[in-house]
Amino acid sequence: MALARELGKRFAALALVLFLVTLFTALLLSMIPGDPVDTLVPLSASAEADAQKAELRHELNLDDPLPVRYVAWLGDFVTGDFGDFYRTSGTDPVSDRVSSALPVSLQLMIYSQILALLLAVPLGVITAYRAGTYFDRSANTTAFALLSVPNFVLGLVLAYYVGVFLGWLPPERYVKFSDDPVEHVRHMILPTITLAAAQVGVYMRLLRSDMIQTLQEDFIQMARSKGISDRRVLWRHALRPSSLTLLTVGGLNVGTLIGGALVIELIFSLPGMGREIADAIFNRQYVALQSFVAILAILYVLVNFTVDLLYTVIDPRIRHARATG
Amino acid sequence: MSSPNGTDPGSAGGATDPFATSGSTATASHRLLEVIDLHTGFKTPRGRVRAVDGVSLTLERGRTLGIVGESGSGKTVLSRSIMGLLPKRNVVREGTVLYEGIDLVTAPAEQVRDLWGAEMAMIFQDPMTSLNPVQRLGAQITEGMRYHLGMDRKTATSNALALLREVGIPEPDRRLKQYPHELSGGMRQRVMIAVALACGPKLVFADEPTTALDVTVQAQILNLLQRQQRERAMAMILVTHDLGVVAGRTDEIAVMYAGQVVEQAPTAQLFANVRMPYTEALLQSIPVLDAPSHSRLQAIPGRPPDLVNPPPGCRFAPRCRYVQERCLQELPPLVEAEPGHWYRCWFPVGSGAPVTVHIGAGEVPADPIPAAVAGDFGGGEQVLPAGGAGGAGGDGDAGRGDPALGGDGSEGVV
Amino acid sequence: MPEPLVDAPVDAGIAAVAAGPEEVEVSRSRKLGFLGWFSIIWLVVVVALALLAPILPLPDPNRSFGAITEKPPIQPGHFLGGDGIGRDMLSRVIFGARISLLVGFASVVIGWVVGGSLGLVAGYFKGRIDGVLSTLFNVLLSMPALVLALSLVAVFASSDENTSTSRKLVVLIAALGIVSIPVLGRISRASTLAWSEREFVKAAEVMGAKPLRIIWREVLPNVLPAMMSIALLGMGVVIVAEGALALFGASVQGEPTWGTMIADGRGDLRNYPHIVFIPSAALFFTVLSLNYLGDVVRARFEVRESVL
Repeated sequence: MALARELGKRFAALALVLFLVTLFTALLLSMIPGDPVDTLVPLSASAEADAQKAELRHELNLDDPLPVRYVAWLGDFVTGDFGDFYRTSGTDPVSDRVSSALPVSLQLMIYSQILALLLAVPLGVITAYRAGTYFDRSANTTAFALLSVPNFVLGLVLAYYVGVFLGWLPPERYVKFSDDPVEHVRHMILPTITLAAAQVGVYMRLLRSDMIQTLQEDFIQMARSKGISDRRVLWRHALRPSSLTLLTVGGLNVGTLIGGALVIELIFSLPGMGREIADAIFNRQYVALQSFVAILAILYVLVNFTVDLLYTVIDPRIRHARATG
Repeated sequence: MSSPNGTDPGSAGGATDPFATSGSTATASHRLLEVIDLHTGFKTPRGRVRAVDGVSLTLERGRTLGIVGESGSGKTVLSRSIMGLLPKRNVVREGTVLYEGIDLVTAPAEQVRDLWGAEMAMIFQDPMTSLNPVQRLGAQITEGMRYHLGMDRKTATSNALALLREVGIPEPDRRLKQYPHELSGGMRQRVMIAVALACGPKLVFADEPTTALDVTVQAQILNLLQRQQRERAMAMILVTHDLGVVAGRTDEIAVMYAGQVVEQAPTAQLFANVRMPYTEALLQSIPVLDAPSHSRLQAIPGRPPDLVNPPPGCRFAPRCRYVQERCLQELPPLVEAEPGHWYRCWFPVGSGAPVTVHIGAGEVPADPIPAAVAGDFGGGEQVLPAGGAGGAGGDGDAGRGDPALGGDGSEGVV
Repeated sequence: MPEPLVDAPVDAGIAAVAAGPEEVEVSRSRKLGFLGWFSIIWLVVVVALALLAPILPLPDPNRSFGAITEKPPIQPGHFLGGDGIGRDMLSRVIFGARISLLVGFASVVIGWVVGGSLGLVAGYFKGRIDGVLSTLFNVLLSMPALVLALSLVAVFASSDENTSTSRKLVVLIAALGIVSIPVLGRISRASTLAWSEREFVKAAEVMGAKPLRIIWREVLPNVLPAMMSIALLGMGVVIVAEGALALFGASVQGEPTWGTMIADGRGDLRNYPHIVFIPSAALFFTVLSLNYLGDVVRARFEVRESVL
């Protein structure tokens, strides 16, 4: 079936990208000027330290040629061995840190996407329908302002004014949902709003512009001529063809979303991947950093791939074109 | 209402009732639609474009009215104006449109919307762009039924199946689940017709229903429309640029030019007894199958006038074969030639008006006719004795088969 | 069947108006509104101050003045008050502009020059070259930008004491430049692909002109406008990115930048918010101005395109 062949091609492309991305992260360690183990093992020169370093060098395959190193790294990675975080008091497996930090980051990202879409879709539809009116213009200006504010600035402003000055919501720290759902929500509100803010602006304007174009199409006239209400025409007929660009940008936006989540976590002291990465950088734990980078990169690639697949579901013309073309 | 001899242009009585159609015995109860002095204008940076400039019509149940005109004549805008399917902004509509007594121009939007679909429907020109590309055909057909008639899904679906069969689509149950791009052009138009007929409207607007289709399919679609109309006793307004389309399929024809009706008559009379020179030119431009090969297509040189500031006189005058001084200065009113046959011309066909030959700017006539006065197009005008006016083909006119005239296809008219 | 008459000029007008609501942005681009003038003035002032900083009568941005430690504006002699260890805020903001703007400008220039050229080549020659370059772009774009930048900076400029400020700066600019390359590359490629199909380019090819000359004289001038607006928008993004990197400790140390001022001031947010909000405001207005002008440029050139 032609569709299967098309899918096959996409999976092959996916594999290629994953390979190159993981290759890059695997190489990170080798790109450090100087001897990596010197930075990893924070001990002064001593016989014990030297022995540790030698052992470490062996463990990390640093004396082996590149392909061997890559395969070894890959093997460890896919089995969940993300290396170790070396501290003066011992080593922590990075996988532990990831399993506690990644869910927090994912929650933040998912919540903010949902909030952004919940706000942006109705706003996009309404401003397109009422293009040129006062409402439309003010919505546009607000959206523009929102997406111009750097996310950490907005976070700081909210943390200070709502969190400290007004004291309505906690400006920092995190509570697990399973421990206390209400507190979980209270602590996540400000970070979610901060992260969603810029996206609302982008999504709204995008959808608006697509909708305006769609509303000029003939089939919208046809739908109107059937006597159905304007609201129905907007939501049931105009929205779906207009949502394609939103989907594309939504997918590409995950990269910004990931970056944004990392930053917001720092601002609001959430124990997510952001804090882990900052820790790793500060302590020069490049092995850990390598794994964090790889995980996030792979996440991004997979999301984009899924978005691409979703295209065919949303627009049957594309499904048709891909199957036969 | 007797009318003066319509062939005498001088005594055109003027203000006789333009609202009456053929069969002035028709009583109000038969009148489905009455359009009274409809004006539609679009606000543009250049000014207001008067796309429909004072049109009046009536239509009875079950009858077909053909509206014929070239692009820019306002025919599409007219059908949309009657229905009310116009953009909300920058559009001005004045006049009266009575549908079964309700004035659509002043009625509230919800009331008009209730009529759309259930009482009147429109079949659009290009079925590829007029059908929702991401919605299944079945849903598009059943939507109106469920919305207006409150049907549940099963009933609506079985109705849709029946409709598809009626419009001649094979394997209707498979089609219901398909999308527009999976069908050929002719099939799509049939689906469009099914959508329009779904709620059993009393009035259907067919806006160039066959223009986007192959020649071979056109006749099928038109026949289908005609059949459906008869079976359902629907009234239909058939808008087209092609006189051939309306020839055998309409009860009455209205010819539009530059936003106005310039001739209107029961079909047979229009073809038999053409009055308006524009209509005559349209008739002459239809290619005839048994004409000798390589005969030139008769085209009407020139372009329609600017609708923001139309010229003071007859709007067709600059392109008319019979143009006289008066035509350029005074806009002729609609006059009745015979019962039900109205036209708008000072010197109609058969009135013995002299013929003028227009030469486009920059063109050189094959015959050594010296260019005299600078005409509308910067070319020459030459007055010739009236030849065989009113017939198709007219080879009595000097210069008619002239390569200088109407050559470049871009000025072709139907 | 005979063809219908080609659209009379009137028809186009009806079609356009009958089509529906008009795009408002286009008409806005005719005149520069209040925001437009504000943006230009702000940027001019900021750039001027940044360039002139060393010769302006400002106190040393790295020197601590005990008297103004943690004091909010307005203080005698120190207009914007002092930060957590008593350094003059006004001076730090102005000197901070130097690095922040430099980073923004230089990174985008790198992205523009390298990415733009690669995109031009890919779009013009197509085929295998395009395949390779596009894959390169896609791989770079496959990584979340901030993550990529962080990893590059962390690896090449580790924050130990023997990394000089200038080395850190170079690495920072390079990292952000590398992140910008695929973005600008993709855009210039798309633009080049569209323009190289136009007749005048084909005509030049037929006349035997060499590819380089064609690219330089025919394609490039038309691709430039699209890239201009992206360059402006990109500068805003990079300047913000510097701020984000600073929060991770990955920006330059030793010299003030807007990002590091914000990062350093976070600890004092509860009690002395001005330490954070003054550089934040500077950052916000700069990004706002760049975004707005970028938008204006884009709208203006899009309009011209559609008239074509």
